[in-house]
Amino acid sequence: MRKYDHLIFEISKEGRKAYSLPINDVDMGKVEDLIPEAFLAEKEVDLPEVSEIDVVRHFTNLSNKNYGVDTGFYPLGSCTMKYNPKINEDMAALDGFTSLHPLQPEETVQGALEVMYKLDEMLADIAGMERVSLQPAAGSHGELAGLMIIKSYHESRGDLKRKKIIVPDSAHGTNPATAAVAGFEIIEIKSDKNGAVDLDALKAVLNDEIAGLMLTNPSTLGLFETNIKVIADLVHEAGGLLYYDGANMNAIMGLSRPGDMGFDVIHFNLHKTFSTPHGGGGPGSGPVGVRADLVPFLPVPVIEKKDDKYILDYDRPQTIGKIKNFYGNFGVMLRAYTYILTMGPEGLKEASETAVLNANYMMKRLKEYYYLPIDQTCKHEFVLGGLGKDSEVTTLDIAKRLLDYGYHPPTIYFPLIVNQAIMVEPTETESLETLDSFIDTMIKIAGEAKEDPNLLKNAPYNTLARRIDEVKAAKDLILKWS
Amino acid sequence: MHRYIPNTDADKKRMLDTIGVNSVEDLFHDIPKELRLERPLKVEGPLSEMEMTKHMKELTSKNKGVDELVSFLGAGAYDHYIPSIVKHLAMRSEFYTAYTPYQPEISQGTLQVIFEYQTMMSNLTGMDVSNASMYDGGTACVEAAMMAVEATRRASIVVSKTVNPEVRKILKTYMKFREVEVIEVDMADGVTDLDKLKAVVDKTTAGVIIQSPNFFGIIEDVVEVEKLVHENKANLIMSVDPISLGLLKSPGELGADIVVGEAQALGNALNFGGPHLGFIATKSKLVRKMPGRIVGQSEDVEGKRAFVLTLQAREQHIRRFKATSNICSNQALNALMASIYLITMGKKGLKEVALQSTQKAHYAFNQLTQNGKIKPLFNKPFFKEFAVTSGVEASHINNELLKNNIIGGYQLDQAYPELNNGLLFCVTEKRTKAEIDQLVGLLEVIS
Repeated sequence: MRKYDHLIFEISKEGRKAYSLPINDVDMGKVEDLIPEAFLAEKEVDLPEVSEIDVVRHFTNLSNKNYGVDTGFYPLGSCTMKYNPKINEDMAALDGFTSLHPLQPEETVQGALEVMYKLDEMLADIAGMERVSLQPAAGSHGELAGLMIIKSYHESRGDLKRKKIIVPDSAHGTNPATAAVAGFEIIEIKSDKNGAVDLDALKAVLNDEIAGLMLTNPSTLGLFETNIKVIADLVHEAGGLLYYDGANMNAIMGLSRPGDMGFDVIHFNLHKTFSTPHGGGGPGSGPVGVRADLVPFLPVPVIEKKDDKYILDYDRPQTIGKIKNFYGNFGVMLRAYTYILTMGPEGLKEASETAVLNANYMMKRLKEYYYLPIDQTCKHEFVLGGLGKDSEVTTLDIAKRLLDYGYHPPTIYFPLIVNQAIMVEPTETESLETLDSFIDTMIKIAGEAKEDPNLLKNAPYNTLARRIDEVKAAKDLILKWS
Repeated sequence: MHRYIPNTDADKKRMLDTIGVNSVEDLFHDIPKELRLERPLKVEGPLSEMEMTKHMKELTSKNKGVDELVSFLGAGAYDHYIPSIVKHLAMRSEFYTAYTPYQPEISQGTLQVIFEYQTMMSNLTGMDVSNASMYDGGTACVEAAMMAVEATRRASIVVSKTVNPEVRKILKTYMKFREVEVIEVDMADGVTDLDKLKAVVDKTTAGVIIQSPNFFGIIEDVVEVEKLVHENKANLIMSVDPISLGLLKSPGELGADIVVGEAQALGNALNFGGPHLGFIATKSKLVRKMPGRIVGQSEDVEGKRAFVLTLQAREQHIRRFKATSNICSNQALNALMASIYLITMGKKGLKEVALQSTQKAHYAFNQLTQNGKIKPLFNKPFFKEFAVTSGVEASHINNELLKNNIIGGYQLDQAYPELNNGLLFCVTEKRTKAEIDQLVGLLEVIS
């Protein structure tokens, strides 16, 4: 590939243009006669001047410097980088959806509201919840809505002492961060040796100040919490609620439901489990689902069906309020809706079963070469502990070497409770051949680590950019072109 | 076997043999029986591609959007022209199927896009730095308020009632849970009432939020506000329409400390309200308080320019329970679209869009208010939106307009009960003289 190293500003040339607008057909004279001069900018904004083909080549060249699911295998644990079906994109791009203004009269958006209403129903059944709000824009935003609901629930009962949220030490960083943003105090509890909730540690912190426990199941180690019923009972007996982080739902669709496990509030990640693309970091969508008695606290508006018409219901006195402009990331919902309908109930179940099968197969083959801290049947992902204590090669080195072989590495250094963690999530959309060639590469790298550790320490070699100086970036702090 | 799942029965058998179990069922032995779902999920499908497309087209036939109707609706989401190349380039799957650029060596595309986005948003707002984008204008405003709270260690935010009511609602939700006081300041003739503002801003104020052009499209005079805010060592947070900055003075010139807003108007479709993107930009001194992702320039080991996520110590995955924002993602794909838009329009194009919107809005305003039945609600300079009232109920006017395939203005009494029969019209560069004349003709009859 030709090396392209220009910023758009560097190819800008005065007088070039890429836009086309019709000639203004109203004559209102000078702008100074419409808006007082004191409000007007004296200079034009410093933006590039380029022709249309410059823009096209620039972004095409930049896209070639990226790696997506469409490029190759992306076993990024906890992120569920499954294939993003193309039909989803087509459906979300239909003019009849993209051209809707969110504040149009309800009678002109009945099709859009119907999609949202049905997606709410289907997600509710998948999770075993009563209702789902599609408003949150991302997983962490869904968490925030969920914790606001928990807080409002306790307050509505006059139970004002409950200001603490329990979070296991294996949790994703957003869990404690969200609890803090929702105004809670966080109590972190240690996991047991299998990475599961330590029941004694849990019992020790449960009391009448606990608002709830945040958990994901399967855990961040990819292991099912077999004690989940006991955990739920303990938390409920203490008057708390159980929050489900939906990051790991890809393991259990059609097989087991958080609602049946005893969870009260859940968020989904449509951009993980339901195949919507990650977009290079967003947009996501993080719907929040709740059990029946928590429905009144959902963010407004809630979509209701009344006399065969769909309406946006704002008249909900106990609502936590509004957490986002309008109704959520509708374009993302359309993709998830399309995914669920093209999969059907059996397809969703097969997806989870295959995701679990793929992960167990990879774990079995890799554990002979990498340290596996907890050796038991995993769900959709598993966590290795690098090459073990004796190796001088770190997980970062292994990840960077994988780049040379054309793979996106697994998630590294998470969860925090595993030293040198390598978290592998293959998803169900990868073939045996893909899994095998990745595994063979990992085995080869384990061999390289023994024979020539420096080879790994200086990797990658074949990428467009080599190892990048992050310290320099933070020190120089060049955050824009000038 | 589903088309998205490539493993055949023979493949699965081989994998099970390697694992040493008999069936996939054996891999779920750890889920207690009573927790197993013993019935199929209640979801529709599976549908083939053809069936799916037919189903969705049936649904879109129940919608009528701004491609079929002529829209004069704004109020926070705008029908500006989107150049054709935006979708072609943004739909390159190397962009949209990538994850957050945590592996910079194979993510230089996304990282450079964000770096260029940050540059353009900084230039547009007149600020030193921008982050990689936020969920939307509403949550960006919340994050700015929290930045002010953190920077001043004060717990009171003052917000003008001329700020978008939707944004104020979101602000109130968040601040209620953070136990930060929100003081709303009333308006006078469609702008922030300076006397009332003076009465509430003091040494306990963390930040003052002013929108300009405000919710009514009016350009706020912030010269006095800026003095007042800084005399009290508070932060001036300005919410702006990025399109307006093709014409109006930047918030940086006006002395803002933090600038936020909704950037949907930059090349992003209306999409029934999302995904859109918010932006946040600030001065260098506040960069470490700024939430979300930030891309910085660095070098690789060969000394080649390269980009990387930076200042990550600010973010939730490092700070955990000490975090002041839980934001994890940005709206990278929407920021990509905004970037392509800004580059395509360039300095001349953006100005032209702003200019045409202003001219057409003023033409509509003049024509509508000519005969006296439709009256201006306020007498202040405006950008692309203006508020009017009449003797007829706003909902009646809008219903009649809809019969003529026109989406009318935002009904102001939804958020401002005192503005009875008020309508907020928006006119962008997409509207033609003929469409405006048709609106005027119809209102002549209806009102």
